[in-house]
Amino acid sequence: MNERARLLLELADDELVVGWRDSEWTGIAPTLEEDVAFSSIAQNEIGHARALYELVARERGTTADELAFDRSPDEYRCARLVELRLPEWEKTIARHYVYEEADAKRLERLKQSEDADIAGLAAKIDREEAYHRMHAQMWFDRLEGEPRFTSALDELRPLLETGRDENTSDLTELWDEMTIVRRSQPAGTKW
Amino acid sequence: MVTAEQVWDALAEIPDPEIPVISLVDLGVIRDVAIENGCVRVEFTPTFLGCPALDVMRDAMTERVRELGAEADVRVISDDSWSTDRITPAGREKLRASGFAPPAPRAAGTATTLVQLQSAVFRCPYCGSSETKLENIFGPTPCRSLRYCTACRQPFEQFKTI
Repeated sequence: MNERARLLLELADDELVVGWRDSEWTGIAPTLEEDVAFSSIAQNEIGHARALYELVARERGTTADELAFDRSPDEYRCARLVELRLPEWEKTIARHYVYEEADAKRLERLKQSEDADIAGLAAKIDREEAYHRMHAQMWFDRLEGEPRFTSALDELRPLLETGRDENTSDLTELWDEMTIVRRSQPAGTKW
Repeated sequence: MVTAEQVWDALAEIPDPEIPVISLVDLGVIRDVAIENGCVRVEFTPTFLGCPALDVMRDAMTERVRELGAEADVRVISDDSWSTDRITPAGREKLRASGFAPPAPRAAGTATTLVQLQSAVFRCPYCGSSETKLENIFGPTPCRSLRYCTACRQPFEQFKTI
């Protein structure tokens, strides 16, 4: 796999998996407003993943769906931070903040890429991410200094750039859930 | 033989699948129409990347061009050329008239900030008052925020500026 494909897959896998994790709050978030927010953020992240997979798919003669769902769990390049199932609200918010902060820096770099497809898509994604960052910042300001939030930040921050070459059992479980419909279909099913 | 002008007119009749008061042309998502060797090439720029309406829009365009008796090649351009500033003045007025506050113009080169969203510069599409407040950055679809007008006590949806 070339460097370009590896970079795009890391990014796409992060967005796909964090999108699934965000969507786990649909219907059960602590407030209705947060239910709407996390559901909408999840939808955006999965849309970003699709556009990124499409860039790789074009080069490799495959499709976004095949890249998203037909690889084995150990082929995913996402960071440990996004893999974890976090049923605690303060940890969800801490992950959201840490992820959006790092994603902003990554997008800033990619916007300067000499590859016009990557630079263009990064700029487009960044327009939407600005709203995720506002949301994360709003919660950061509200929870800053709260002991549970502080320790969640300390626990999660180191997981940002680890685990891309290996997976947690949380990811394997998620993979099972997110590919079950696709795997249940006979080969050749049109989506 | 079909002309580009006929194609533009036909595309102007396709409603946005989620906000049917405005057309795809009003929304500014059609960047170019060209006729090449009898095939109609349409360059289409997605709005929000996670918007499920995108596939519906693409299929509707293909179908509409086929009704004109030509084959369509709808190309999705995922670069940065669409922003809410591409919504036409007519489109903005149609949004407002149906209770969606149109997006504020984007400040040159900068993303919207929370401070701007929390300020009272957004007008209620029902009564025109700027006494409105942010209820939720997010809404029922990726393109909308929720606001509340304290003058006429009406919640409303605000098209996000991107």
